[in-house]
Amino acid sequence: MGDMEQQVEIVIKPGMGALHYWRDLWRYRELFFFLAWRDILVRYKQTAIGIAWSVLRPLLTMIVFTVVFGKLAKLPSNGVPYPIMVFTAMLPWQFFANSLTESSNSLIDNANLLTKVYFPRLIVPAGSVIVGLVDFFISLVILFSIMAWYRFVPDVRMLLLPLFLSLAFMASFGAGLWLSALNVKYRDFRYVVPFLVQFGLYISPVGFSSTIVPEKWRMFYFLNPMVGVIDGFRWAILGDAFPVNWPGFSLSCLLVLVVFVGGLLYFRRMERSFADVV
Amino acid sequence: MSSVITVENLGKKYLLKHQTGQQPYVALRDVLSDGVKTLGSRLFGRSTLVSRSEEQEEFWALRDVSFEVKQGDRIGIIGRNGAGKSTLLKILSRITEPTTGSVRIKGRVASLLEVGTGFHPELTGRENIYLNGAILGMGRAEIKKKFDEIVDFAEIEKFLDTPVKRYSSGMYVRLAFAVAAHLEPEILVVDEVLAVGDAQFQKKCLGRMEEVSNEGRTVLFVSHSLESIKFLCTTGILLGEGKNICVGKIKEVVKKYETDILTNLALQSNKDGVIYNNYNVNTDGFELIEVAICDTNNVNLLQIKTFDSFKFKIIFNSPHKYESRSATLSIMDLSGTILLRLAMSPYSLFTMKCHKGLNEIYCVVDKIPLPAGTYLINFGISDEGGWIYDKDVCLFEVKMNDIFNCGYPPVEKHAVAVVKYYWEQNS
Repeated sequence: MGDMEQQVEIVIKPGMGALHYWRDLWRYRELFFFLAWRDILVRYKQTAIGIAWSVLRPLLTMIVFTVVFGKLAKLPSNGVPYPIMVFTAMLPWQFFANSLTESSNSLIDNANLLTKVYFPRLIVPAGSVIVGLVDFFISLVILFSIMAWYRFVPDVRMLLLPLFLSLAFMASFGAGLWLSALNVKYRDFRYVVPFLVQFGLYISPVGFSSTIVPEKWRMFYFLNPMVGVIDGFRWAILGDAFPVNWPGFSLSCLLVLVVFVGGLLYFRRMERSFADVV
Repeated sequence: MSSVITVENLGKKYLLKHQTGQQPYVALRDVLSDGVKTLGSRLFGRSTLVSRSEEQEEFWALRDVSFEVKQGDRIGIIGRNGAGKSTLLKILSRITEPTTGSVRIKGRVASLLEVGTGFHPELTGRENIYLNGAILGMGRAEIKKKFDEIVDFAEIEKFLDTPVKRYSSGMYVRLAFAVAAHLEPEILVVDEVLAVGDAQFQKKCLGRMEEVSNEGRTVLFVSHSLESIKFLCTTGILLGEGKNICVGKIKEVVKKYETDILTNLALQSNKDGVIYNNYNVNTDGFELIEVAICDTNNVNLLQIKTFDSFKFKIIFNSPHKYESRSATLSIMDLSGTILLRLAMSPYSLFTMKCHKGLNEIYCVVDKIPLPAGTYLINFGISDEGGWIYDKDVCLFEVKMNDIFNCGYPPVEKHAVAVVKYYWEQNS
């Protein structure tokens, strides 16, 4: 025991949970890594085909979208091979959908932890988003293989990808915070989440380009934060064929920020009653 | 020595909801339909429906609890079911917030409210040691340092890389406790975890906890077993109905607890063979109505002696019709150690059908092997998932019977059980 820890005095009072919160969050960082590590380990142990599954799912979705939107509906792809265009959008979308689904159930799935041990509860949904990140990187490797197949060379803008990835991260984490907290309080919320995710897939420009949305509706379309994220990804990977509508993009960013900060505040407010309710 | 824990006027209030099936969470569906209902009645000017929120009842699980703990103290917290012991531990370990009052804690707290918290069945023993250690508040470096010690303590070297779902329940518990036992916090909060494992392992655990506190750490310990508490603790806190009744030397507090049980339950003791009655209760749930002792012809008996054969007659209320439930009648000594466990499942193959309303069941006891003395009766009903009703019911007296025809009937002071026996000698 270090002398530092001898000095620590904890005060427990009604409504005092917030006082040491951010300090605690830092102190419990190892637990955060362990929980994320557990989820990753379990995920790839449980399913017999493990990693193969995270490769197959986006690939099959891409093929279906390419056939339906590219071949049958003959939507434009601005000169880029249609599969590549779809897959660049699949990256952030799958990441968003997976982490949202995982994190919205995370508190309930870890109910036995919440009622037996103290730690900043923020760790739990955050850990689920990290698991989504692993799938993201697997998909990124697939994308590179597809690009190599089509001999498609990206330019230096590719280096900005982490920036757009953090935007996707904030969007999924923010929405995950909302849904996980709501899920504890309203237990039938879990039926809403799969619907939201499925619905989102069609109103986001995953299977098509956002440029097919009529000009006058464009700003309105950016109210879906994932439109900004996906357009950002396409711009960074595919280049000038997909110019970013900067006013719309800023609107999406702003909304991501609102969802994220709102999610944090709501989660913090609900957090102190989790153990009594879950 | 300075105090490491200061608790002042601590209180915790829960809201009990009657309508929503006693679940603390609500369904969005209900919220929406309630909203529509109130909106509808407002629009049409009908008398407003009683909204669900008005049917909440306040319940103070803890109220005005104050005490101080000095460094190195070993505190035993005792009290009957529902006295607020678990709530107190949950507040001390910061799992739930108090409603009133404050707690000041100096030093790192580790709480063990359950062994094996966060164990994942798919992960191996090795992986679970790291995971569980982190959950209990150890850093990775610390776990690495103690890893071999933990494995030694748990005696599971061979199975380190086997998923714990393949462990026997004994191995599982040993591993879980081993991790917990190697925590080195300044303050250790422990709830009932010793109620698991075989006797030898329990002794090892108690020994380890004693070691921990001899190193100058503070231990707070909740248990139903007054024996382990008396063995381990120096100071006792007695809780009753959410308040602390007394704080003091462990022996005095345990004594106070025992006499409290005696005086509370003795009032219930009754004549005519009815040892417990609760006829006036008005309930929709599971509730015990009457317990009586009677002979094989169902005629009530005034007293029972050692080695008597008799029946317990039990009448209880059931909220619904159930196809199979299991009832258990336990006979305990006054410190709460179970002496006889008369359970339908798994010991006897009997399963009980419950009717809605009153049910009458009998437990036939052949030659009760208890010496003369006063015992405590606990009655419980369980389904596949665990206890759905559990109550310390009443005292039960066994009178003296000179079964050996020697003028010395066996009494509680000398032994906990009686059998027929004889001695032989090789000449």
